[in-house]
Parts: sequence; C-alpha cells; structure tokens
Amino acid sequence: MLAPRALILRGPGTNCDHETAHAFERAGGVSRRVHVRSLAERPAVLDDFQIFCIPGGFSYGDDIASGRILALELSQRLGDALRRFHDRGGLILGICNGFQVLLQTGLLLPAAADGSLQATLAHNNSGQFVDCWVNLETTPGNCVFLRGLSRFELPVAHAEGRFATVSDDFLDRLDTGGQLVLRYANNEAGQPTNPNGSARNVAGACDASGRILGLMPHPERFIEATQHPAWSGRLDPEAAGAGLALFKNALRAVAGDDA
Amino acid sequence: MATEDFLVVHVLPKPGVTDPAAESAREAMTLLGIEARAVRSLRKYWLPAAALTTPQAEQFAWKRLASDAIHDVAIGPLPLTRLSGGSPWQLTRETISLDGLDDAALEEVSRQRCLALTADELRAVRDHFQQLGRPPFEIELETIAQTWSEHCCHKTLGSPIDHRGPAGEVHYDNLLKETVFASTQMVREQLGPDDWCVSVFRDNSGVVRFDGDHDICVKVETHNHPSAIEPYGGAATGLGGVIRDVLGTGHAAKPLANLDVFCVAPLDTPTASIPPGVIPPQRLLHGVVAGVRDYGNRMGIPTIAGAVAFHPGYLGNPLVFCGTVGIMPRHSAEGRVDPGDLIVVAGGRTGRDGIHGATFSSIELSSDSESQSGGSVQIGHAIHEKTLTDFTLAAAAERLFRGLTDCGAGGLSSAVGEMGAEVGAEVDLETVPLKYDGLSATEVWISEAQERMVLAVPPGDWPRLAEIARQEGVEATVIGRFTGEGRLVLRWNGDVVGDLECHFLHEGRPRRRLTSHYTPPAASPLAWHLDSTSLGDVLLSLLGAADVASKEWIIRQYDHEVQGLSVLKPLLGPTAGPADATVIRGVLGRPRGIVLGVGLRHHLGPLDPYQMAVGGIIEAVANCIACGADPARIALLDNFCWGDCRRPESLGTLVEACRGCQDAAVALAAPFVSGKDSLNNVFTWKDADGNLQERSIPPTLLATAMGQIANIGHCVSPDLKQPGSRLALVGASTAALAGSQLAVLGRVSGGRVPEVDLAGCRQVFETIHRLIQQRLVAACHDLSDGGLAVAVAEMAIGSGLGATVDLAAVPLAAGTPAATADDLTSLVTVAATETPGRFLLEVREEQADQFAKEVGDLPWAWIGTVTDNGQLALQAGADRVVAELPVVELAAAWRAPSHDQSSRIASV
Repeated sequence: MLAPRALILRGPGTNCDHETAHAFERAGGVSRRVHVRSLAERPAVLDDFQIFCIPGGFSYGDDIASGRILALELSQRLGDALRRFHDRGGLILGICNGFQVLLQTGLLLPAAADGSLQATLAHNNSGQFVDCWVNLETTPGNCVFLRGLSRFELPVAHAEGRFATVSDDFLDRLDTGGQLVLRYANNEAGQPTNPNGSARNVAGACDASGRILGLMPHPERFIEATQHPAWSGRLDPEAAGAGLALFKNALRAVAGDDA
Repeated sequence: MATEDFLVVHVLPKPGVTDPAAESAREAMTLLGIEARAVRSLRKYWLPAAALTTPQAEQFAWKRLASDAIHDVAIGPLPLTRLSGGSPWQLTRETISLDGLDDAALEEVSRQRCLALTADELRAVRDHFQQLGRPPFEIELETIAQTWSEHCCHKTLGSPIDHRGPAGEVHYDNLLKETVFASTQMVREQLGPDDWCVSVFRDNSGVVRFDGDHDICVKVETHNHPSAIEPYGGAATGLGGVIRDVLGTGHAAKPLANLDVFCVAPLDTPTASIPPGVIPPQRLLHGVVAGVRDYGNRMGIPTIAGAVAFHPGYLGNPLVFCGTVGIMPRHSAEGRVDPGDLIVVAGGRTGRDGIHGATFSSIELSSDSESQSGGSVQIGHAIHEKTLTDFTLAAAAERLFRGLTDCGAGGLSSAVGEMGAEVGAEVDLETVPLKYDGLSATEVWISEAQERMVLAVPPGDWPRLAEIARQEGVEATVIGRFTGEGRLVLRWNGDVVGDLECHFLHEGRPRRRLTSHYTPPAASPLAWHLDSTSLGDVLLSLLGAADVASKEWIIRQYDHEVQGLSVLKPLLGPTAGPADATVIRGVLGRPRGIVLGVGLRHHLGPLDPYQMAVGGIIEAVANCIACGADPARIALLDNFCWGDCRRPESLGTLVEACRGCQDAAVALAAPFVSGKDSLNNVFTWKDADGNLQERSIPPTLLATAMGQIANIGHCVSPDLKQPGSRLALVGASTAALAGSQLAVLGRVSGGRVPEVDLAGCRQVFETIHRLIQQRLVAACHDLSDGGLAVAVAEMAIGSGLGATVDLAAVPLAAGTPAATADDLTSLVTVAATETPGRFLLEVREEQADQFAKEVGDLPWAWIGTVTDNGQLALQAGADRVVAELPVVELAAAWRAPSHDQSSRIASV
C-alpha cells in the first residue's frame, strides 16, 4: 500500500513547515510543502493528499489578528475545496498558528447563526510570547489524532493561545460534546502548566467528526527524545518523543480509511 | 464612562517609517478585492482626563507609548483626510566643490553632510576629482563616504600602527591581518590537508566544513548606535541584518539559529545619574529584547544563545550584538559576479529609512543624537524578510544567481559597490521600486531600507527567477547590470548622475599611520570587604548578581525551539537550570550537531585587555566543550567594541586585545572565521553645570565559539542526574580575584587579574572531550562568573537535587592558599575565584574508578557528591560544614524577581 500523503501548507510567515513535514515522514508518511498561492491556483492538488496540515508560524505577520489573513485567503479561495476534502474523509490538522487559522475560517468550530465566530485564541494572560514545556492530558473521544494518548509533554511557543468562547453556554456545549480533547494538566510537582490562561485549560479542540484538530502545543517539536529539555542523562537519545504518536495516529487513520 | 472623561492619545509611525501592520492590512484588502493607495496604522490610547492634563498626557505618551525617532503623537481628535504620498523627484545634480578648502573646512563639509570622513580622506577625494577636472557630485561623495566608513571597512584595525606595550615596541603594517587573520592562517597551515575552514574573512559570514553534504557559517554583528536611540527597532533590524548576512553568503545559506548579547548599564542606575537624552537601562533592555523577540520569532529562527552583561560604562552607549548560524550545501560557499550579469534587487521597497546608518555608526553618540540622527533608525518587517529568505533559498536550490549580498549599511551603494568592485556596474536608479515617491537619486542609492537582497543573475536565468519571485510573493526587479568596465555608473532616466572608478572607490582611501601605547594600570593589593557576611550569604549574593542571575524572563520570550533542531536548550533539566552552550542538529533526523557558546569578560576590560580577550575566548570555547563539542572543530568570531580609538591609549588596549585573540586562537588551534568591530563607542553630554562630559564603554570583546559534535546523543547537560554520583573538579584554581563577580559586588578590591594558562586549558579541553566521548560524564558545567560555588548551585538548580562539596579538596595552582574552616576569606576565595579553564563534572559512582584512570595527568580531584536531600552543603574538610542552603533558596536568589520587570512595562 502507498504511504499516506500529507500536504503541509505554507504561506508568507509560515515557519514550522519543514519540521512538520519531517514529522509526518518520520512517522512513515510522505509530505509535501505547498505554497498557498500555488494551491489556490490549482486546488485539485488536494486530491493527491489525505491529510491537510497548517503548521505554525506568523502568517502574514499576524499583525492584525493571529491567523486572520491566511484564514481569509483560505476561505475566499479554497473554502469549497477544503470542505470537499474533509467530506471525502481527509484529515485537517492546525498547529499553533494553524489552530488560529482553523478557528478563523470557521472550519473547526461552527460559526453563530449570524456568521460570527464563537471561539478564538486571544492574547496570553501574561501579555507576552512564551516558549515553555507543558503537561497535557487528553479525552480523545472520536478524535483520530489523539487515539490511545492520555498524558504527555509538549512545548508551546505563542503569544496568542488563550482559548476563549463567546459564551459559557457555547463552551459547555463543546465540553459536553467531547470536542475539548486536549488540556493543559498539572506537572509532576502538582503545579498547573496552563501557559496562557485558556478557559478550562483547553490546549486543543476538534470538530464534531473528530477529523479536524487544532492545538496550540507543537507535537512536531517532540518527535525525538533529544528535543526534551531534560533528556540528557535520562532518556535514550535514539527514542521517539511523545509528539510522534499524533502523526502516526493521523497516518494510521487515513490508511485504515483507505483499506 | 463617557468619551469626554478620556484624553485620546494617537501614536502613529512617522511618514516613511516602515509600518508592518498597515502592510498586512493592505494584503488583506487586496484579497478582498479592495484597492488601497495608501494604508497607515495607528494606536489609540484612552487616558483618564481627570488624572492628567493634556501636556501631562503628551509627556506620558512620549515617555511610555512612543519613540520620537519613529513616531508622531497626536492628542485629541485626529483629522485624517489624506495620507501623504510625495511626488516624483525632479532630477538635479548637486556638485560639491572641495577645491581650495583647508582641513578645517573639509572637516566641516564632512560634519554637515554626516559623511564621517577625515580631512585626510577628503583631501584624497579632492585630489582625485581635481585630476578628473570636475567637482564630485553629491551622490559620488556619499558613495565614497559609505564605502570608506568604519562600518564597511576595518579602517582602524587595518591601519599601520606603531605600538608601545609591556612587551616593548611593535610595528604593525595591518593590525588585524597580523594578529587575528595571522592566527587563522597559522592554524590552517598546521591542519594541512585536514583544514576544515572553507571561506574565512571574505564573505558576509565565515564558512566551515560540517558533514559530507554541508558547510555551516556564522556571523555576529553589532547594532549599538541605532539601538541606543530606538531600542526596539535597532535590535530588530540588527538581527534582521545579520540574518541577511548569512543568507547572503556564497550561494545563500539557510539561517538555523540566532544569538543575542546585550551590554547595558545596571538596571538600578539612579534616574538622577542618567544624562538627558539617554534611555534608562531598564527600558532599553526591554526594548532590545522585544525587538529580537518579534523579529526572530516571526522569522522562525530560534534564538538559542546569548548573554546580558552589566557595567556602568554602557550607560548611553549600550552594546547590542546579534548573531546567526546558517547551513548550505557543500561547494556553494563561493559566489561571484560575471560581466553581463543582471543586478536584481529583491524584497522590500526602498524608502527613506536609515539614511546614513553606515556613517552614523562610526560617529560618537551625544545627548542630541536622538533628534539629530532619527533618520538613521530603521524599523524591520520580519515577514518581508521571511518571504525574501524563502525566495532566495528556492532560487539558490535552482542555481539561478551567481552571487548575492544583502543591503545592509550603506544600502545599494555598499551592496552593488562591493559586488561590482572587480568588474564594475551600471545602475538605473529610477527603476528601484519605492515605498513612496519623492526620493532623490542619492536617497535611493544610500537608503538602508531593510529586507532587501541584491543578486547577480545571468540574463538567461532571469525569467525563471522572476517566476519564483511571483510564486513566493516577493518583488524582484532588474536595476542594472555588471559591466566589466571597472566603473560604477549611476543613471536616472538615462542621465548619468554619478560615475566613479571602482579602483579609486575601493583602493583610494589613504591609510592613516596610527600610534598606540599601553601601560598596565598600577597594581593594588587585594583588599577584603566581607564585613560580617557568611559564605552562604556571599553565595546568595553571587547568584543574584546581575551578570549571573537567571535570564529566563528573556529566554522564554524567544522561540528557541522552532525548526525542531533543538538538542541542548538555554534552560535545561527537570527544573530549568542554566546551560553552558546550546546545541542544535545541523539537519533534521541527522546526528551531527552545532554547538554555540559565547564568552565575555567585560569587567576585565579596563584592568587587562589582553586577559579580557583571552578569558572571553576561553569562556566561549569552554561552554562548548562542557556540552561535548570536539575541541578540534571550534571556529571563533571576534566582535571588538571599543571607545575612542583615535586616542593612542585606547588604541593601545585594542592592540593588546588583538594580541590576546591571536595567542588564544593559536594555542587552541581554533581559527577565527569572521568578525566585526564597532569603534568610537563614546557618549558625550552636557552636565547640569553645562560642562561637556564624556564616557567610553569598557573595552569589550565578545567571543563567539561555534563547535561541532559528531553525535548529539553524546551531549551532556549541566543539571545533576543521580544522587550518590561523585563530583570531580578538573583544572587548578588560583586566588586572582580582580574583575571577578566578588569584585563587582564590592566584596574585594584590587588584587591580580586571572592569567590564563593557554596550554593547560587546551589539555583540559581535550581531556573533558575524551571523557565525554567515553560516556564517563553524567553532567558537566564550566566554572565562570561566580566560580565553583555558583557552578555547583546552578547544577543543583536545574535538577532539584542537592550536593556536598569540600572546598578544602579543590586542586590549587602552586602558591594558592588552601581553604580552611576558620578563615572566611580563604573559603570565599576558593568558592568564588574565576580562574578560567576549569570544569565541574558529575561521575556516576559505578564509573568513578574508570574515570580516575582515564582523566590522566591533570590537576583534578574528587570534591563532593550528589545528594537527594535538596541541600547544597559546602565543607572545609570531610566533616566540617561551613555553609548549608536549601537548593530552593538558591534557585529563588538566582531567579531574582527584581530582574523580571517585564510585566510592568507595556509595549515599547
């Protein structure tokens, strides 16, 4: 069987495309980095892929609102193509800036009746960019990316990662609907690791189908044990990092669907 | 509250200042099909009207919300009816007659036009044009000033110098060539066929061999004067510039990692002692950190290494160093230019940004600089640089250009001038894409607008290059061609506005013969000022000392993990202690690593410039060695920042430092591969009585070491690993305390400067590497600021484990008194001396015998053990505890919250 194929979208300001492509390959897949302009010119390129990934970065500088302009570009020029891609079983993954973009497009969580967005990633409570490691816990439900994962560590690196919703009611609906699949947890010393003040410690959320996931932490930055800040003298340097499982899950899910 | 309860303050970029938010908005509008001729962004603040008068609000705005170098402030309603655009420039050709001017008059021409040329140099220009029988055009004079600036050529370091120092009289025909370059040449000759240098001191960065497929390159630059005036923009564009240096090396290198080092005045400098026009150190540091953060993070290049150093001499003249490491395929380090190649400018458009940056950096700062030199400050647009990088690397992969360089200081004049130095070039200046109309030909030519590269493109490759530019959303324009005629011809719509001989431009600068002398400062005996303090208190104060204390508040603002290459991060261990150097893989999925360390012994600068230089180099290399770097593959960079080198005694300290660089590089067989100098770091101001005051920075050499490790799986971090392990100290300690952190804290004064035993250091480095390769080292930390006590504390802080160390067991150099329990000064000396070339190692108990066998003939000793009780115990003899402190208390002192003012200052 052919290895599953992942399209890694890049555009002005995308900066995690190389390592994200590498993570899919390390997991056993084939990945291609494709510029949003060339994809917009030929949306049919999507037909060759089973996974669509928007990696981290500062798309168009994030000067207006994080992810806004790339989301606008995707919605205007690729909205229908992406919906068809998802309808035929494709997986969509947004990491960090990609999560911000997915929320802005309305692909991940439903917009309100008037078309307005109901969830966003706001400025961190600290008001600052932060790069640190966090502990995570999952409630995977039907989210194919997180199958079999329970507790693990990943790094975050963002200034706008605080998950916020228009209303508690909407947040409750996501919660009871099992869409708040990834949360910041306490570390071994029992201290909270929520780096940004996210509502209900949300670090990632999926759509109702379980095939679109957005998350702030960077799984592609922990595919090797040597990427952990305390690996030296403690972990086997040849071992994989916890983030690799997420990419393997994605490949397994589409390979299973194909079979 | 109602709107009348507020004073509305608008802060907007001055016309012509780069406005990234506006450019983003314009992109969005284009996507939505809305056409915009001009877009501006502004920030709006609502201040409580009851609390502030309008003048107070304006004062607050200038102090906290805006920088007069780049912003306009408007209080109250802002009637925006039109955005100024400017109208096209009408050709005029101004000539500047130098005929008959005496030296004083020539210097006045230089000062008025901000040329930074000496009377000697202007005389050479005058004579050259007299031969031609015409006066120079303004654009020609500007081109010469840019090319001859200290920033663009090593004007002082490359001069003939008659030096008188402690070793007698020496004559240098070219100081830099005969010291720093000479050491590299000697090391390369010794390496013979194993020489791993590829391109050194030639290109925009130094290139060395990495693995079978790749070379790596490194460069560190300073951006001191722009950062003194506008810290955020100065630091951001400093980083942007050095990233382009790496991108513009050979056939282009991919930037992998950044480093930054800031030298500032102590953050608690009293306001009353801050001269007018000087940005307080607290605000300055936050500004430069934010600048590096916003640019580096957006570029997706991890900022992985650095330091912050404090000294009162940096008040008014801070130092901002930014460095970048890059990687390129092998056999692509040599770019070139052929006659007939097109000159292509790619990236951002040209505006009035940074006019006179190159010459400005060679002029001393004064309290009026903020108003005089605002035009020299640039604002960066990181996303333009990111797309420019993507474009350049895509074009490099297809070999669509023969050579390239970045537009840095001097703008197109330097970039095209340098590239065309051999063959000559002609440029049609009206074809350069502009941000707005109205720039004169000269302004277009010398503008330092950021995020631009110049490429030499064979005409046949231009269509494909243009297509890649379109795909990547980058503007690329043919502005001329390289000719083969040896002249630099500048045109405006066909009219020649300047015509210079390349040979005169690049070789015509008269060399100055300089004299220098150095007399070591008079020695004074060591005096102690310990009062009634205990050893424990001394340790806590050392950990909280500004140079030593945690820089976590800075590190966490930088994305130091993007690109996924990270191996040893700046904060390590389960409880995030400090690293020595940092390590990244060179290529995803491959085991070979790049190790990056810096060394700075600025407190020694005023005491002994030779030892300051040697000590800094040893520190940079030791940091790399501690991580596992191979001592046979360490490349060095020098960054000299000095005061007024027109004074023989200042120049004398520079000569001594160059000698130190040469001796250290040769002794370690570590070649210098690149470097940069920033001279004239002098700040002048008028004091309250109207007297002119002047202050020079302490002589400062930043040494950067780029090491390599064959397999990153062998890297060792400093955090302690295992209770029960033994601690070994390798390297002998002396009692020389001058310039140490103890001295900075006022605990001692006088005494001797630590003298580096270079041969001993090399032996220690090679031994440590061998032990690490043999997997006999569980943790390793080099002894630096604060000495042994700080080192063991830091190793404990990163792990949460404790340790017991016997100070009486520390191996000492001959003649050094041992630590005894009832003599506090002897304990503090051994605990805090900063003798270079020592390491503290953790060795697992089961490997202790083998370690002892392997370590060989070196000064070393077992001095303690790792414990699980969370305490650091210092002893004098086996059972005599002289200080015991909980590691959490040490960690709290090291994380000194007073250094983290970040949350209290809003944006810059």
